[in-house]
Amino acid sequence: MSQNKSRPLSPHLGVYRWGPAMLVSIINRVVGNALATVGALALLWWLYAISTGPEALDYLKSWFDFYYLGYIILVGITWSFFQHLFGGIRHLVMDAGAGYELNGNKFWSMMTFVAAISATGLVWAYILTSMLEA
Amino acid sequence: MGQGTGIGRVRGLGSAKHGSHHWIVQRLTALGNLTLTLWLLFSIVTLTNFEHETLAAWLSQISVAVPMILMLISVFWHLKLGMQVMIEDYVSDTALRLIALTLLNFYAFGGAIFGIFIVAKLAFTGVAS
Repeated sequence: MSQNKSRPLSPHLGVYRWGPAMLVSIINRVVGNALATVGALALLWWLYAISTGPEALDYLKSWFDFYYLGYIILVGITWSFFQHLFGGIRHLVMDAGAGYELNGNKFWSMMTFVAAISATGLVWAYILTSMLEA
Repeated sequence: MGQGTGIGRVRGLGSAKHGSHHWIVQRLTALGNLTLTLWLLFSIVTLTNFEHETLAAWLSQISVAVPMILMLISVFWHLKLGMQVMIEDYVSDTALRLIALTLLNFYAFGGAIFGIFIVAKLAFTGVAS
């Protein structure tokens, strides 16, 4: 796979003006890889702690007292999850051949961000209100 | 490098005729993830508390352990395919790419089997301690 460095390259990302469609596409990859690493490992840790015993689960919970680190990570995972979910649904719709009209594409690209942030807010509002009641 | 010519195919550089498999499985596991992670979310919010006793009893049920194992398979399969594309796009050095893809396979298979095993162990034998 040798490459002649003196040959011109075709225009790449740098030549395009940023738009919502590009942003939602690259964010989908970023949050996907965050979920694949941090999210998946957190899930395994949680399952391991449940199957191991109360001490293991208490240690996991101690991360929530350590400068709110557990909350910060979990809110990040929640937002990444919803962003990847709505971005993924957008990709499935486009795989079916729909949603390529310029205005519609721009609108639904922006809606993935709105939906992800709203869903994250709703889930954490629910969690925090249940915690206050308990 | 062969451009789909006769000599290119002879060198093993032509189409292997299964280029769409990765793409289709990524979509199928995406639908699996969509269904199973939403099940997990709604199942978690119905829990009355997050104490160990509650969580262990919850996870030991057939109606929770089975979808959890299905979710682990779907999630780790999907993340393996997704991270593979990222590595193939951004790691251009042949040796580094081979190492990264090997580690990815170890991670995906190891993580999935670890998760499935601990869920099954809890469901079959209960908490060890």
